[in-house]
Amino acid sequence: MSAAGEGSDVVREGVAAIRVEGLQKSFGANHVLRGIDFRVDVGEVVCVIGPSGSGKSTLLRCVNRLEEADAGSILIEGEDIRDPDADVDLLRSRIGMVFQSFNLFPHLSVLRNLTIAQRRVRGRSREEAERVARGNLDRVGLGEKADAYPAHLSGGQQQRVAIARALSMDPDMMLFDEPTSALDPELVGEVLAVMRDLARDGMTMMIVTHEMGFAREVADRVVFMDGGVVVEEGSPERVLGAPAQERTRRFLQMVR
Amino acid sequence: MTRRQRQRVLRGVLYASAVAAVVALAGLADWVLLRRNFLDLDIAATMFPDVLLVAARNTIVYTALAFAFGLVLGLALALMRLSSIPPYRWFATVYIEVFRGLPALLTIFLVGFGIPIAFQTRWPVLLQITLGLGIVAAAYMAETIRAGIEAVPRGQMEAARSLGMSRGRAMASIIIPQGFRIIVPPLTNELVLLIKDTSLLFVLGTTPATKELTKFGRDILTARANATPLIVVGVVYLLITVPLTQLVAVLERRNARSR
Repeated sequence: MSAAGEGSDVVREGVAAIRVEGLQKSFGANHVLRGIDFRVDVGEVVCVIGPSGSGKSTLLRCVNRLEEADAGSILIEGEDIRDPDADVDLLRSRIGMVFQSFNLFPHLSVLRNLTIAQRRVRGRSREEAERVARGNLDRVGLGEKADAYPAHLSGGQQQRVAIARALSMDPDMMLFDEPTSALDPELVGEVLAVMRDLARDGMTMMIVTHEMGFAREVADRVVFMDGGVVVEEGSPERVLGAPAQERTRRFLQMVR
Repeated sequence: MTRRQRQRVLRGVLYASAVAAVVALAGLADWVLLRRNFLDLDIAATMFPDVLLVAARNTIVYTALAFAFGLVLGLALALMRLSSIPPYRWFATVYIEVFRGLPALLTIFLVGFGIPIAFQTRWPVLLQITLGLGIVAAAYMAETIRAGIEAVPRGQMEAARSLGMSRGRAMASIIIPQGFRIIVPPLTNELVLLIKDTSLLFVLGTTPATKELTKFGRDILTARANATPLIVVGVVYLLITVPLTQLVAVLERRNARSR
């Protein structure tokens, strides 16, 4: 617990950012995750691909405990997020999350969307929170939208605000749950561009996506899931270019 | 006749019947009697300014007290109803079912007479009023508030939690503000119902200074043996309630547009 309180600059050598072992999860009779082993190293970009219903979004949501796993361990920088004594709120504040449906707070301005958790969770002053927020809005190219409300932004702009909101907590890692799936095709590019910049800056990222081109270009590692198990993983060239498993080949043919 | 012509004739007949009915009523009615009993301007004049400065003021004060109490208790009950701790849920459910199922008048009797007799206490009249109306109002508002909270998309709570907010913090900063925005129209309707329910409060007994609109009008009706006071207080009620119901309509239209 001690290292957790010291903030986000503490990088421990050899400890994975995310380490999942033997993860099991069922929704009623539906056995969604059937023993997942998975890791993301510090500074690594991992794209998780697979058909819908393969469990990839559930895996991502288990990582910050939006879903409760049934069995297995999930270590965030070495700390077990499933431990009943773990400070889940503190752990979550170090894990940025971006949703398919943006989930901006519609009753708050863009600036307040970015400052509310900084102030209420991090205890930052208004001035500091706004300085951080404006910096992150500039980073995603929306510096002039600080006073707009989410309803007045395009889907692509909303998703970029959502990324800036997560970044404003200075997270150690970012989770993306199909961040472009709800967007009109012409708006996908601007969101992927922001994510590409993040990856270049060395952010640790776990990305559930259907954008194979993006995965090939940006990912350090691609994980293919199907039927609640990891079927194969490796470099994007290998998994996407020369898959070893028949299931992977069939999936890649379908999405092409 | 073509279809079009038939329709035109039918409309003509409907208009003619309406005009005939109005003319017949106007001719048959005893206008002098009606005017003397319902629109006696001398009696109406004697009601001012007390009908506004005392009676309407009391109606508004009683409504505001009961509404404020109902809102606070209603919010607490709504949160209990959504709690993960079963006894809280049970308590809220029983409370809501009981007080929605009882006549408001019974609750007013209970607070005004039942409890004072049982415990040999005498509460200030404003407290009796606040509780007598507020206890029932809270039951209705709890259900409205719960519906509002549940109408906020699940992703909002997930987004707040993923930023590190506790459940309570997320409720207070993210969910409840959005829930209340959704339920402003139904809550305004509750307010209108409450304004009208203040007319039940006369059963608690009144002094000249504590009469609300209905009791005020009724007492002059008895004193002067004339219905005019009821018309006057009726108009005062409408001056309060109609703008509110119109406001609800505007808010509902705006809500519909923003979605």
